[in-house]
Amino acid sequence: MQVSNSQSNTYSDGVIRQFSIMAVVWGVVGMLVGVIIASQLVWPELNLGLQWTSFGRLRPLHTNAVIFAFGGCTLFATSYYIVQRTCHTALFMPKLATFTFWGWQAVIVAAAISLPLGYTQGKEYAELEWPIDLLIAVVWVSYAIVFFGTIGIRRVKHIYVANWFLGAFIIAVALLHIVNSAAMPASFMHSYSAYAGVQDAMVQWWYGHNAVGFFLTAGFLGMMYYFVPKQADRPVYSYSLSIVHFWALIFTYMWAGPHHLHYTALPDWTQSLGMAFSLILLAPSWGGMINGMMTLSGAWHKLRTDPILRFLIVSLSFYGMSTFEGPMMAIKTVNSLSHYTDWTVGHVHSGALGWVGLVSMGSLYYMVPRLFGQKQMHSIKAIELHFWMATVGIVLYIAALWISGVMEGLMWRAINADGTLTYTFVESVKAKQPYYIIRVLGGLLYLGGMIIMLWNVIKTATSGKAATATIPPVAAHA
Amino acid sequence: MMDINTLRILATIASFAVFVGIMVWAWKRRNTSDFKDAANLPFTDD
Repeated sequence: MQVSNSQSNTYSDGVIRQFSIMAVVWGVVGMLVGVIIASQLVWPELNLGLQWTSFGRLRPLHTNAVIFAFGGCTLFATSYYIVQRTCHTALFMPKLATFTFWGWQAVIVAAAISLPLGYTQGKEYAELEWPIDLLIAVVWVSYAIVFFGTIGIRRVKHIYVANWFLGAFIIAVALLHIVNSAAMPASFMHSYSAYAGVQDAMVQWWYGHNAVGFFLTAGFLGMMYYFVPKQADRPVYSYSLSIVHFWALIFTYMWAGPHHLHYTALPDWTQSLGMAFSLILLAPSWGGMINGMMTLSGAWHKLRTDPILRFLIVSLSFYGMSTFEGPMMAIKTVNSLSHYTDWTVGHVHSGALGWVGLVSMGSLYYMVPRLFGQKQMHSIKAIELHFWMATVGIVLYIAALWISGVMEGLMWRAINADGTLTYTFVESVKAKQPYYIIRVLGGLLYLGGMIIMLWNVIKTATSGKAATATIPPVAAHA
Repeated sequence: MMDINTLRILATIASFAVFVGIMVWAWKRRNTSDFKDAANLPFTDD
């Protein structure tokens, strides 16, 4: 294995091309499964009466595919792209980087086979059984070696802020994954958690919320700090704010997990601590959002003509919206209404479809033509169409689930004068059906946009050819 | 007395002090020209 690539004068972009293409492919697959299970909630017969295609097995397949396959491949691609270009060096140990690609695809395929077969650890977003967990750990440590090794051999003095966010994401996910997946194997593909009772729940939601905070936020903020300035062609609004944004996020995110366990067996003080830190999180989240948006200050007109920039900036508005909604829902009295309802599902999707999805698509639209030696994507009109389909889809999706979530929450707590419940559970299920149909429509639009993106990416890749990008000479360094 | 809770309180206060220190450092006038170069790093490669 080649130890260092610091002498090479071109960037290692092959692995980025692989991850970028697969990000789009897995995006289509994961969103398709999402539309299927959303449809099952309206028309339960669509589970075909088979255990392998039932909701309980396809739902973790959907979440794993969109988070770890689509989101994960995008993170690998963009982090390898950003770290090389802001460190002015090729990747450290490029063959190990190639291993992270094949290793990560193996994890995804193993998930796609084992989840429908019913193998699960029963922990949300950490369902995969222990042999797959081990493979994830090996791939992740390799990823850390490549990423931090590249920073180690950088030819500029400063480590750009995007790399701080990406580095924090890699370290935190390694920590979260290893601690939460600790288990005693009972047989091949079966194991018991190392923790018991409420401690197990707390470890799970420490993991779960930080998967949101570091996998789905810190990493994508790294993309924001690189691709928003690049696409807007102006440096980030305030570099000082970006430093404070980073450390504020790091100091607070780790403590917010208990808000997933309000009114459970978790001690009250722990719940209140989680609530307090969730409220504090509003400050760094909005600091980051404002920093990204204000980067466009004086160049707002670019939004009118540039659909890629629109993807990036609208993703920031969804980020701002969902990071306002999240702290509000973490307040215990609000949570007593929202918890276990569709409001939570709507909230997650405003973050996932709106923030993570759109910023990923914008970043991929920026990178793909450059990786294949093209000036721009095959069709700008198709990007435009994708943008509107995705945005309308998200709005339909989250509006429908806000209504159905608040409605079912109110129905569950409605009490007659004599103290009996006003509604049976099944009445609340029946009342939600129209909103579930709207949710399917929103999901179909979002999936349709992603299919257009796949077509556009394939067209761009096949009409171009693998491009080699030259590293600037040392003299050019700031 | 120095029990585990005292340590926890001290760690929390120390973390907060470090964070305030980072804020002061980030907005110090002396550093802002370095930050300007840093912010332009994405534009130096192509």
